[in-house]
Amino acid sequence: MKNPLDSIWGTVICGLLLTSVLYNIVHYLY
Amino acid sequence: MDFLIYGLGRWLHIGSGVLWIGLLWYFNLVQVPGLKAAGADGTAPGITKHIAPRALEFFRWSALSTWLLGAMILGDKLPAALLFQDKAYYPIGIGAWLGTIMFLNVWGLIWPNQKKILNLYQYAANPVSDAEKNVARRTAFLASRVNSMLSIPMLFFMVASGGIFRRAFFP
Repeated sequence: MKNPLDSIWGTVICGLLLTSVLYNIVHYLY
Repeated sequence: MDFLIYGLGRWLHIGSGVLWIGLLWYFNLVQVPGLKAAGADGTAPGITKHIAPRALEFFRWSALSTWLLGAMILGDKLPAALLFQDKAYYPIGIGAWLGTIMFLNVWGLIWPNQKKILNLYQYAANPVSDAEKNVARRTAFLASRVNSMLSIPMLFFMVASGGIFRRAFFP
């Protein structure tokens, strides 16, 4: 499997997914 | 005093952060693909000699000043934010952790490896082997891409941790 960080779009998508995961965790605990 | 820390401090923190993350995105969006193209027509030395070292100096020092100014704004609340001791600190705590990881990536991985790649400082007189440069290039590249990825949630939590934005995202 290719490393998603090798492409700009893979990096942006990973960043958006991480934002969504962290936001939901903080929102759930808040 | 409040004006200095929360007003001037925040202004400088954001300005410094714009310089840092702006250069990070410049490296990822412009310089890396630009160097690939320049390598093909033999013009890469112009970038690696005159552009990249200058950009890296602003990059690493703005990373440090951004982190220090952020720590100054949080002041005695820094441990509480990093340890998530109060619900109100959850958003800025996440932002501060992401910023801290990114700062450590700059000074611990990107800068030491870029010095090897570009023959800077102690490597100017004693360049490393091509094999070692290739390892350094891959490490610096991945650390830079990790920071680009982390910059997305970092900016979200920095913005979402203040004033009306916090109330909008975390009512």
